[in-house]
Order: sequence, then C-alpha cells, then structure tokens
Amino acid sequence: MSENSGTIIGINGNLLTVEFTRAVVQNEVAYAVMADRRLKAEVIRIRGSYADLQVFEDTTGLKEGDRVRFTGELLAVELGPGLLTQVFDGLQNPLPQLAEHCGFFLQRGVYLDALPRDRLWAFSPTAAPGDRVTAGEALGSVPEGIFQHRIMVPFGLRGAFTVERIAAPGDYTVSHPIATLRGADNEVVEVTLMQRWPVKMPIRAYRERLRPGEPLVTKVRIIDTFYPVARGGTYCIPGPFGAGKTVLQQITSRYADVDIVIIAACGERAGEVVETLREFPQLTDPRTGKSLMDRTLIICNTSSMPVAAREASVYTAVTIAEYYRQMGLNVLLLADSTSRWAQALREMSGRLEEIPGEEAFPAYLESVIAAFYERGGIVRLKDGSLGSVTIGGTVSPAGGNFEEPVTQSTLKVVGAFHGLSRERSDQRRFPAIDPLDSWSQYSGVVAAEQVSLARGILHSGNEVKQMMKVVGEEGTSIDDFVVFLKSEYIDAAYLQQDAYHEVDGASSAERQRYVFERIHRLLGSRMSFNDKDSARRFFQSLTQTTRDWNRVDQNDADFLQIERQLEQMIAEVSQDA
Amino acid sequence: MHRVYQGVDRIAGNVITVRATGVGYRELAQVSSRHGSSLAQVIRLQGGSVDLQVFAGGRGIATDAEIRFLGRTMQVPFSRSLLGRVFNGSGQPRDNGPEINKNLIDIGGPSVNPARRIIPRRMVRTGIPMIDVFNTLVESQKLPIFSVAGEPYNQLLARIAMQAEVDVIILGGMGLKHDDYLFFRDLLEENGALSRAVLFIHTASDPVVECLLVPDIALAVAEHFALLNQRVLVLLTDMTNFADAMKEVAITMEQIPSNRGYPGDLYSQLAARYEKAVDFDAAGSITILAVTTMPGDDVTHPVPDNTGYITEGQFYLRNGRIEPFGSLSRLKQLVNDQTRADHRTIMNTMIQLYASYMETLEKQSMGFRMSAWDNKLLAYGQRFENELMDLKVNIPLEQALDLCWQILADTFEPAETGIASKLTDQFWPSR
Repeated sequence: MSENSGTIIGINGNLLTVEFTRAVVQNEVAYAVMADRRLKAEVIRIRGSYADLQVFEDTTGLKEGDRVRFTGELLAVELGPGLLTQVFDGLQNPLPQLAEHCGFFLQRGVYLDALPRDRLWAFSPTAAPGDRVTAGEALGSVPEGIFQHRIMVPFGLRGAFTVERIAAPGDYTVSHPIATLRGADNEVVEVTLMQRWPVKMPIRAYRERLRPGEPLVTKVRIIDTFYPVARGGTYCIPGPFGAGKTVLQQITSRYADVDIVIIAACGERAGEVVETLREFPQLTDPRTGKSLMDRTLIICNTSSMPVAAREASVYTAVTIAEYYRQMGLNVLLLADSTSRWAQALREMSGRLEEIPGEEAFPAYLESVIAAFYERGGIVRLKDGSLGSVTIGGTVSPAGGNFEEPVTQSTLKVVGAFHGLSRERSDQRRFPAIDPLDSWSQYSGVVAAEQVSLARGILHSGNEVKQMMKVVGEEGTSIDDFVVFLKSEYIDAAYLQQDAYHEVDGASSAERQRYVFERIHRLLGSRMSFNDKDSARRFFQSLTQTTRDWNRVDQNDADFLQIERQLEQMIAEVSQDA
Repeated sequence: MHRVYQGVDRIAGNVITVRATGVGYRELAQVSSRHGSSLAQVIRLQGGSVDLQVFAGGRGIATDAEIRFLGRTMQVPFSRSLLGRVFNGSGQPRDNGPEINKNLIDIGGPSVNPARRIIPRRMVRTGIPMIDVFNTLVESQKLPIFSVAGEPYNQLLARIAMQAEVDVIILGGMGLKHDDYLFFRDLLEENGALSRAVLFIHTASDPVVECLLVPDIALAVAEHFALLNQRVLVLLTDMTNFADAMKEVAITMEQIPSNRGYPGDLYSQLAARYEKAVDFDAAGSITILAVTTMPGDDVTHPVPDNTGYITEGQFYLRNGRIEPFGSLSRLKQLVNDQTRADHRTIMNTMIQLYASYMETLEKQSMGFRMSAWDNKLLAYGQRFENELMDLKVNIPLEQALDLCWQILADTFEPAETGIASKLTDQFWPSR
C-alpha cells in the first residue's frame, strides 16, 4: 500500500496547512518530513482538500512544499509493564533515554520507544486455552516492581473471544506474542505484553462505574478533616502564583494513600519536576518500605517544551492512569497545571482563527475540561475487584481571580474545591487553603458533627474579626472575643501544617481523629477570662503547646505528656465543673 | 545558495510580505532598499507569500526592495572574547570594538532535558536581609523584580550583580533608557566587573524588533558559557518592554489577542526564556534576575501575572523597599535548612508578626484604642522596617538573623512569638 502524503502550503508557528489528495482522518498522526528528521504532528481541522496540523515540535526550517506523511493512526500511547518509575514527555518519550541520545538539550524529531523492547518480563498465565474472555480481562501477569502487572485482553476488542493458545510461564519481551485469541467471526488476535490505546478515548473495559465514597487520605489535616477527597473523586486547587499549589501537590504525591501516583507536570517549571525526579528515588514509601519512585510515574511537559505536546500530555497521563486502574489499583493523577493545558488549547485555537470565547479561550473549553475530569472514577472491573482513578488538578487563574473561565469550568465538574488564598499565603499560613471558601462533597476521616462545630467557630470567628475592624477590640464583648481566639486557634494549631517538618508534615488519619477529638472537646468547653489580654495570652500559649504537640511523634513519650499539659491548661480556665 | 527576490507586496508596521518559494520557517533575510538595509526574519508562510519581521522596522522600505534569503536562522558569535563587550539587539557591536564573526551559535535553541537538570543547592549571598533571610536567592533560580516605574530596580539589580559570586554576568537591556545603559556600563567598569560581563543593549530609541531578540541572544550566550562550566548571572531589564514588543508584532500580524491585547502565547513565550535558567548536571549554571515593571502597580496585569506563574518567586519593590508580602523565593527551602537551625523559623515568625503589625496599623488608623499587645506590635513593626527592610542595610545572613532575635527579644516574651520552645531556649538573647 502506497503511503498517504500531502504538501505543506502554509506555516504559522506550530500550525501547518497541508494540501492532501487521499482520505485523511481527523486527529490522525502525521509526520512533516525534513531533510534529516521527521516532526510528529496531529490533524486538528480539515477544510476541503486542506488539513490543519498542529506540530508537536518547533517548526523552524520547515518549508512550503515539504512533504507530510499521514499514518492513519490516532495519537496513542504504549501500555505495558515497564511504565512505572519512568519519566516521559507529553508524547511518552522517555526523557532519561533521550538525554543519552541527545545530551543536555531536547532535540526535535527524536522519538524513542516508551517501553524498553529488550527487557524480559516473567510472565505467568492465569487464563487457559478454551477460556472465553472479553476486553480488559486478565490473561496472566508479570511482576513489575511491587505490583503484579496484569496482562489484559486488548481494550479495543469487541465481543467475546476464545483463548486458543497461551504462552507457558517464562520470560518474554513486551512485543512477544503470549496469547492467541479467536473471535466469533473467526478473526484471530495475537496478544503481546503491551498494547496501544488512543489517548483521547477513555478505557471502558469494566463492569460498572460506582459512586466514590471512601476517603483518600492525603495526610494534610485541612484536606482530610475539613475538605476531603474521595477515592475515584476529582478535586481542583485553584490559586494565585506563590500560594503553594505545587508544594501541596508534591506533599500529596508523597503521602497520599494510593497504589500509584502519576504526576503530569503540564506547562509548569522544569525545576519542580527535577525535585521529584531526584528526591523520590531516595525517599521510602511508608506503605511498602520501598522507594517512593517505585509507585510513581512522571509525565513531564514543562513550560518551555512544545505547546502542542503539552496539550497531549494530560491525556497521556490519564490514559496510563486508567490502564493501571484496570488492574484493580488505586491511582492518583496530579495535573499541574490544567490552566497551562487550557492555554495550549487557546494558542492553537488562536492560530486556527476560531471565534474566541471569554478571554479568548475556545468555546469548547468547558466540554473539554469536563470530559477530562470525567475520566476519573471508581469502577468495578470484570473480575469483581475495584480500581480507581482520582484526579487532582491545579488551576492557575490569571490575576488570582477565580471568576475566569478555566476555574469556573473546572468547579462545575469536580467534587472538591481547595481554593488557595493570597491573603493566607502572605501571612505564611500554610497550606493556604481558604477554610471559609473551600468545599467538598465527599466525607472525611473525622466525624461530620465534630467538623461542623469547628467550621461554625471558624465562620463566627471570622465575623467577629470583620466586626472588630469596625468597632475595635474594645467594642467587642469578651464572649465574642473568645470565639475569635478559638477560630484563630483552630487555624494556627490544626489547619496550618509545616510541610517541611518530618512529623508535622504528614498526619495519619488515625492521628487526625485522635487530635481532632481533643480539639473538638476543647472548642466545646466554656472558658472564663478576666479580660481580653489574659484570654489572648492563654490562647497564645495554648497554640504554642499544641504546635509543639503536632511536632512530636505519636509513639513518643512526650506525646502523652504534652496532651496532659494541654488538658491541665484548659481545666484551669474551664467553667464546666 | 542565496535566493534573491525583488519587490514587496505589503508593508504593515514592521512586517513586510513578499512572494517567494522554498523559504524556511524562521529563516533570515537581508532586506535592502535605498534607505538602508536590515536583517529580517520569516514569521509566517501562507500559500506562496512570506511574512517577514524587519529588525530595523518598516520605515523607509521601498516596494522594490531587494530581499535576499540567507538560508539560515538567527545566529550570534560566541567566544570568550565577548567578555567586556557591548552589542545591540541584533548582535552588532555598539562599543566601537571590532566585529566578531567566528563560531556562530543558534539562538532560541531547544529546552534543556529535565533529566539533565539537578536540584539547585547553592545560596547566592546578596547582603540584603530581605533577600538573604526572608527570600533567599539560589543559584540557577529565575526571579523577577516586580516594580512600578520610578523605583530603583536597576540599582537593586546592579547591586545584586556586584555582590553575587558568579563567573560571568550577562546584561540584556530591553527598551532601556540610555542613561540606565550608561549607569550599568560605568558601574560594571568601576567595580572591575566589565571584564567578566557581556552587554546586549536595546535602548528605547532602537527599532522595536531588536528588543525581541535581546533575551534570546543573551540567553544563548549564557547557555554556552554555562556549558563551559561557568556560573552565569543573566540580568534582563525590562521584560515588560519585551512583552509589549511582542504585542506590537502580534497585533500587526492580526492575531486574536487574549488579554489586554497580548497574544495568547504570552505565557509560553515568556516561559521559553525564563526556563533557560538551569543548573546543569556536570556543567555550570544560569541564574536569571529580571525586571518586570507593573503598569499602574497592578500585579494582575498580564505580564507580571504570567511571569509570576513561570518564575520561581518574585521580589516586590515598593517605596524603595522589598515588600515582605508577595515577595517569595520558591527555592529558599532548598538552601535555608543548611544555613542555620533558626533560619526558617525566624523567617516565618518575623513575617507572621509583621502581618499582625499591619493589622494593628489599620486599627490604629481607624482610631481604636491600642491594647498592650498592639503597642508591642507597633514597636516591633517600626524596628523591622528601619533595621531590616531598608535597602541600605548591607549585612551578612548570620548577622541579620542575630538582629532578628534581638528585635524579638526587645519587644516580646518568648511565648508570644509562637516559636517552638526548643529554639527559644537556644537562641533567645539574654538581656
């Protein structure tokens, strides 16, 4: 079959206009051919005999009249053992291997296999000849680090198939056929350890989708106790620059109680990825005792890497997340930042000269964002086990204004909202999640009525604070003043957490329940003070003692001692006999 | 092989359109007409017509101008003999020195593979407490100074450059006032730093397209020095002029503007420059300090806003001081655990208390009675501003930390600061 090719007739940035003669497919991959290299591109619009292509690389030096070869394939990723611990760019090129090839700088037009072709994997079959199987069901498994990596019937197959042959236990490469399947109309499919899947289509080879319920513990107190995230849920973290979005994501990637973490560094700083890249192999995962990198995968398309590949990178990440979900694992996808992805859409939309929507974002922005977050979820697989993809996306609103289109479109589709506030970060109150504006539709690790008491105090404390700005401290009753001090205490002693402290940085669900129980009791007790200064002094030292308490390991002898000290302090001012 | 064409179809602003074939995207051309000659770069190809951005501007170009395509993209010479020299935005000498034509390098090259970067580890000492203590500058950091026009941002930039221990200083001036250019040159010369500096200067009176080239040229040269194992400091002033030049060209090209007329790819364009800051695995480093003037002191203006999302923090310069709020060094955590045990705590506590001081000031301005606590905060805030925030203060980090403890001890009881008892036991100065 002769190849399908076209001719470049226009170049504007990374947008090519190509004249073609034979059939082309919307969103198919094509290569622009230069003298010494080929540049990967995707068809994004077709008008008559002209196709518009976004090139995933810098287009410098391309000429009018250069050839473009169409492949007929949609943009796809390789799925198979060997993905974990890797660092890919948005098109799934392994970056460390690229560095071996090209040195310090990324070269355009170099595409490497995502999965190593020569590595052997110890396959053990679970299916037997004669078994009836459908898409997504396991045929066997290979050990990949700490996981049993299921080898599954390709997700794209329709209908039931009979296993005709399955390989004996042994070592195979990813491209070695390990099973032969025969379909209803006698079509024969060879299955290898790896399969390919188009990134923009969700994998649907499961029995049913469930409603997320169980909390996903992140060990961040304000999240788990006040604004929890559920396994299989979605949440977003909008915030102005410098409010701590990325630090929050990094902490979550470390401590979140999930099997696999996929980090999609999408159009953000390279330095942040490097921190993860260099530190994770050194860190131990408390759940498994192995290196944290063993459960991590990084998709890294930082801000100076080509824009079109940035758009692809979130899809690459979510496709890999869905793939591991199919093995009955809990996967957390952290996308930092979805605004950069939306901006990539805007850049292309502008070059296509589409009619712009709000702030020049394309009109389809909202449906694209919704479709992305909808790929999260908890599902019952065909073998009855559960798997989940939780998606947490940061949003970088222009000017820190949450009214802008990306934030608003995201808020419509997520289950929890952790809004970061500039005011809190200016005051160094970290994590700077706004305790008054944020919300979550999921249930957390602490009893709801305890939380609602604390939330009530935070709200009334804030009201008193606002009122004091008008009437002053002397115009405030001592009871109101104590409510204000209590709200400041919750903030300083519970909501704020020192991310860089080894104990305070990560608070287990059990510890949160224990500590919050005490704090809840304290908040409920009636206290009497002679004057406002003595009340302030009392809460200052209470805060300091509680902060000391937060920094002590729960198994340490000091832990109980400080707890007793706190109880004593409260007994001294309490009116409850 | 040079292809030569005669005749221009369209001239709009600094962009000319010619009919030509076989032209490469971003290729350079020499445009000559009676009123002079200039380089130009291809910025769009469309059905046989070629849009070129003329470096010297569209003024004086004749419809019968001669366009000679050079078959290469923009390049600059690179060698150690660049040190001590001053060039303009298209790489021509502006110091009457000889032209350098050897060893040409491409500008605006690809980005560094993240797998070959390392985590920065070295603090850059500046002697300014607001930086060293509260927002430590780190080698390979990219950091802008946000400021309104009229603030002494160039002086601050120059002072950091003089005090920082680096091998090479590269200054990229965009839309610089001629006086400011002379200020930088003379200061470098007086301090004997000119011999390790290269200056690429576009002044306000130069053609606007040259302004667009300055960061790329400066950073390409910096990159090559860094690969020679040099620690390079790049100073860019002022990036808002650069963004405005981009806006001008985008509008001429009839691109759909996204926000206040700026092109939709403003973020990507700025990021492509700032991301050149790097600490190489087994080579030198590039640190970028840039000035971003904020029109109308508005940090939500697209240029400072996008910059803030790209850079690793920012210094706010307001009323001649580096503001403690809003100023941020994202990389400080990488180094401030190795300076002194009390560094991080002091940094956070001082700012938290300063925030309380600001609230008290507000209360005071509304005429409320000051409590004993308020009076302490007032005394504290005053000393903080006078002894630490003033830009004239020039003391090493350790001395600054000691001063912080002294101010705390003079105004507060240990428990009032909220500092963990372990640290107050160790560091609280005795009276």
